[in-house]
Amino acid sequence: MLRFIIRRVVIIIPMLFIVVSLTWGLIRLAPGNFYSGEKKLAPAVEKNLRDKYGLDRPWYVQYRKVLWNIARFDFGNSLKYEGQSVNQILLRALPVSATLGLTAYLFALAVGITTGTLAALRQNSWIDYATMGLAMLGIAIPNFVLGPLLALIFALTLFWLPPALWDGFPSKSVVLPALTLSAIYIAYIARLTRSGMLEVMRSDYIRTARAKGLSERAVVMRHALRGGLLPVVSFSGPALAFLITGTVVVERVFALPGLGNYFINACFNRDEPLIIGIVAFIAIAVLVFNLLVDISYGFIDPRIRY
Amino acid sequence: MNDEFSKKDPNEPALTPLGTLPEPPVRSREGNTIHTAPEFAVGEGDVRSTDPIELLAGGSLWRDAWRRLLRSKLAVFGMIVAVTITVASVIGPSVIKRATGYAYDFIPKDDRLARSLPPFRSPDGKFAWSHPMGTDTVGRDILARVLSGGQISLMVALIATLVSLLIGVSYGATAGYLGGRIDDVMMRVVDVLYSLPYVIIVIVLLALLPAKTPTGQLAQLFFALGAVSWLTMARIVRGQVMSLKNQEFVLAARATGVSTPRIIFRHLVPNALGPVIVYATLTIPSIMLSEAFLSFLGLGVRPPRVSWGLLAADGAQTLAIYPWQLIFPGMTMALMLLSLNFVGDGLRDALDPQMRRE
Repeated sequence: MLRFIIRRVVIIIPMLFIVVSLTWGLIRLAPGNFYSGEKKLAPAVEKNLRDKYGLDRPWYVQYRKVLWNIARFDFGNSLKYEGQSVNQILLRALPVSATLGLTAYLFALAVGITTGTLAALRQNSWIDYATMGLAMLGIAIPNFVLGPLLALIFALTLFWLPPALWDGFPSKSVVLPALTLSAIYIAYIARLTRSGMLEVMRSDYIRTARAKGLSERAVVMRHALRGGLLPVVSFSGPALAFLITGTVVVERVFALPGLGNYFINACFNRDEPLIIGIVAFIAIAVLVFNLLVDISYGFIDPRIRY
Repeated sequence: MNDEFSKKDPNEPALTPLGTLPEPPVRSREGNTIHTAPEFAVGEGDVRSTDPIELLAGGSLWRDAWRRLLRSKLAVFGMIVAVTITVASVIGPSVIKRATGYAYDFIPKDDRLARSLPPFRSPDGKFAWSHPMGTDTVGRDILARVLSGGQISLMVALIATLVSLLIGVSYGATAGYLGGRIDDVMMRVVDVLYSLPYVIIVIVLLALLPAKTPTGQLAQLFFALGAVSWLTMARIVRGQVMSLKNQEFVLAARATGVSTPRIIFRHLVPNALGPVIVYATLTIPSIMLSEAFLSFLGLGVRPPRVSWGLLAADGAQTLAIYPWQLIFPGMTMALMLLSLNFVGDGLRDALDPQMRRE
């Protein structure tokens, strides 16, 4: 187990290296740079700036600096947002995205597992058909269509919730973005839970549990869910990557100051330090999260050995 | 919408109070015998029908699969809708242009028309057939734009799926057939790529290296989307090839001196086609969604061309005043995605009972 974890932690480093190098290479390959935007700078000013950020040094010197920055977890200053370091921006934007993502995912887990389990326990009942029909719809409606529609209904017609505002976690402003983001996860998790539970409910150990006289409730809650939720756990790994794409869209739809919004703007502005910083940060988050998911298998399913 | 979610896995033994008993003829709910096509009955769990009539009636693998596909109401519904939207997208824009003079980028000169009209309304507010989905902020016909956008969205999805198919099938088949250390290395590479946040890299690529021409932009989109969606395909094909490669027909081919590439592509890949088709059908909607996502962010298809994602992005801007500008493109796209998912699920049930789990 420990060897497995160490091997997986060690492999994170070369993977991070690949992602960062790819990104950096793309930025370098692209014609022009941050200063070739619409506002032309005086040659002397541009010269000073280029000296300051080391843009005229040979590429390997700059590349080394990028890697060194990441090793120290200090990404330097943003080009666009003057006087702010990338770390400050990350610290400011991360709580927004994390709150949004976490709320949405926890909500999706709660709703998805409940409805999925109900659907499995009452297979072929109207609950089952309704749940799976809605789940299909949740997968088919893109979040950038769903978000504006929800905003139109709940914010602009009924005036229950604010359309675009961020007040931090326990506030009305979280509801619409989180709901939009969670729709597709509710759908996936409900489907996964249903199929997982259907399979488990037919297995031998459930029959044993019933045979020793446990109540149906105990059979489901204590025995079946544990095995039936394995597909949901393994979905949590890719879910984080999805969640990042999702937050990018939702943050843009609701104009939230989160990581995704900063990332897209940084790409359009060609704000190199900020792009590298966000990419490195997201890569680390995804890699670490995948590792945690793999480790958690061992705790949930005692049959798995490394 | 019922039989889709309730089919039992034919390999699943029936649960009886006394334990698992093999249930000789496996029957689906409609009472028809389900049997695995010979090609898929590899190794474990051969569930071919013992019903003589069914065996006599059974034609080729594909005819069987087609018949099973037609039995699923959702899949049939999906096929009808998907074909309708596709045909409408292909011929619709020119029909509309001939009937009303509106191409997708036609902006009327008349001031009374150069504004957003609600669906089925003429400028003076009366009922009119001219714009069934209304017009956008500068007066362009939304139906024409949705259909033209469909052309681009479908084209991107199809070609990118083809790209992912080419990469995934060759990669997976090679790894699976060669096996050993080469397989180890190749699959480790896939594992590594799996956990990369490639959406992020695609965004960087498209934002920083915008193509010079609209056609170049589309080509970039095909390759960017195709190049990141072949991983699962590679895994599926590898698994299939591994289970096939020890069969007699491969041995026979090798004994007669057929070259390795020829064995892989002429003997193994055709036999793994079922799961490949199923997964490709499910890849199309997911790539369509990615294209829309990128276009929505302003990174995919660019004006003056239109795609569903781009239309949704435009519509979202003016949603509070002109809701039809978002609702029609959004709903068309959702309908298409829904239908393609139904077709994919139906194909999976029809072609490959072993994959039926989810």
